[in-house]
Amino acid sequence: MNQKYLIPLTTVFLLFLIAYTGVQGAGLQVFFGIVFPYLAVIAFLGGFVYKVFGWASSAVPFRIPTTCGQQKSLPWIKQNCIDNPDTPGKVFLRMLLEIFLFRSLFRNTKAAFNRNESNKLAYSWEIFLWLGALAFHYSLLVVILRHLRFFTAPVPACLTWLEYFDGIIQLGLPGIFISGIVLLAATLFLLARRIFDTKVSYISQAADYFPLFLIIAIATSGIFMRYFTKVDVIGIKTFTMGLVTFSPVIPQGVGGLFYAHIFMVSVLFIYFPLSKLMHMGGVMLSPTRNMANNTRAKRHVNPWNYDVKTHTYEEYEDHFRDKMIEAGLPVDKKE
Amino acid sequence: MKKNYIIAGLAIFVIIVLSPFWFNMVTTPMAAPKPELLGKAATTKKCVLDKYDMRANHMSLLDTWRDSVVRSSDRKYTAANGHSFNMSLSTGENSCLGCHEDKAKFCDSCHTYASVTPYCWECHTNPKEIQ
Ligand code: HEC
Ligand code: HEC
Ligand code: HEC
Repeated sequence: MNQKYLIPLTTVFLLFLIAYTGVQGAGLQVFFGIVFPYLAVIAFLGGFVYKVFGWASSAVPFRIPTTCGQQKSLPWIKQNCIDNPDTPGKVFLRMLLEIFLFRSLFRNTKAAFNRNESNKLAYSWEIFLWLGALAFHYSLLVVILRHLRFFTAPVPACLTWLEYFDGIIQLGLPGIFISGIVLLAATLFLLARRIFDTKVSYISQAADYFPLFLIIAIATSGIFMRYFTKVDVIGIKTFTMGLVTFSPVIPQGVGGLFYAHIFMVSVLFIYFPLSKLMHMGGVMLSPTRNMANNTRAKRHVNPWNYDVKTHTYEEYEDHFRDKMIEAGLPVDKKE
Repeated sequence: MKKNYIIAGLAIFVIIVLSPFWFNMVTTPMAAPKPELLGKAATTKKCVLDKYDMRANHMSLLDTWRDSVVRSSDRKYTAANGHSFNMSLSTGENSCLGCHEDKAKFCDSCHTYASVTPYCWECHTNPKEIQ
């Protein structure tokens, strides 16, 4: 037991209970369903823009790309274009692959003692973080896109296709969506990794556990509503359509679980700009990835170098010429 | 990176995040469906389960019905309200479509709105369409 995950876990439970009891007991549908989600959108966008503006206006004085391959050199030495880009186009390719395929996670290694007699410390390739991250991010993306069916009417064809492929297993009724299951499984795996891998557990903070627990709770409540406890989807869609057309109405008969679900989503949105989740915007701006490594071909001057008052040798000599000649020192200019 | 690029990217992000709002301003959203009770359903006044239960849970009910018929060849279903039904999607007086006679105005009005396309009709038929 460890307070670093017990505190976030308790917080998520409390968040759930606040909304659930707030609606079931106190009838605060308007607050949890209308006021808070609007606030969350404002806080999310405001916070996001504020953060990125801060980053955009901070100086990046040095060329510090991290490179993992042969730099551009003599014509007969093969350059590693992706891992050591020297032109904006190659940087773009590198960023694209980083953002969509998480190449740097792919290189993840782990340190462990050999299982044989030698018992040496050895480093080996560890692919599961990459797989888990990929599964998590893509299923989350699909889940978010699928939710757009609640905010559009009629629903655009591209979303219908997405639903079709996501539901292609056609298991049970309502049909299973693969993304929801993968999302829950991947977050649980990422959580298990943090808890049971002692090395990762050692560097994990409450801020690492909290978003995981929150997303797990959101996914679980969503899965419960769809497959087990059931909600009136038409009622909910009239409610969500009301939200996005600025004429919100509270649906009849929809219970606390739904409000707990959107309350936790709203909390996630508000928490987003305050937390490490901002790597969504940050990944685009990381100087170690988005710069071309062309320091040998091009001179980069620190943009905030100010005019330093210098004293050149010529000035020095002008200053001390008489004394230097007097002392018999050699001078460049005699008078 | 150039500050202008960052701001352009940020603007695109904000527009994407707000898409549910402006999408419904540039298009006219469909009104919420009011499934019409036509034919036999208009006179019986009673569905298999309570109204709210039916709205939220009819797919699971259909799943139970399907399994019961196809797996255990048991076609009798006694509902909580005492009525018994001959479990079927579209065959007979007591089937879903036997009672809700107009599929388009009833089932489909909701399904189009919620963007669900039950694949049942690849095999099952709507009795109205055969005639
Ligand atoms: C009150 C609106 C409403 C009416 C009326 C209605 N449905 Fe549905 N139905 C829904 C909603 C909403 C869903 C999707 C639920 C979800 O996505 O979780 C659904 C889903 C289904 C599904 C599961 C589809 C899938 O692939 O998951 C079937 C089957 C189904 N309905 C059959 C029927 C039939 C048959 C009728 C007419 C007798 C009918 N429904 C009438 C709202 C309605
Ligand atoms: C004997 C006639 C009858 C049969 C059979 C029947 N229904 Fe109904 N259904 C009704 C009636 C009547 C209502 C309205 C209930 C009410 O208003 O309380 C209704 C309501 C509904 C609703 C809610 C509509 C709304 O406006 O919210 C759905 C969904 C539904 N039925 C689906 C089905 C499905 C799916 C089946 C097959 C499993 C089925 N019904 C079988 C008579 C029937
Ligand atoms: C691949 C074809 C196929 C598809 C798709 C299909 N069914 Fe069926 N269904 C059958 C067959 C065959 C039977 C057996 C008919 C019988 O024995 O009376 C059956 C029987 C049933 C029955 C009980 C008997 C009756 O008369 O309805 C129900 C209820 C049912 N299906 C519901 C569904 C629902 C709901 C869907 C859509 C989610 C669906 N089925 C999709 C082929 C299909």
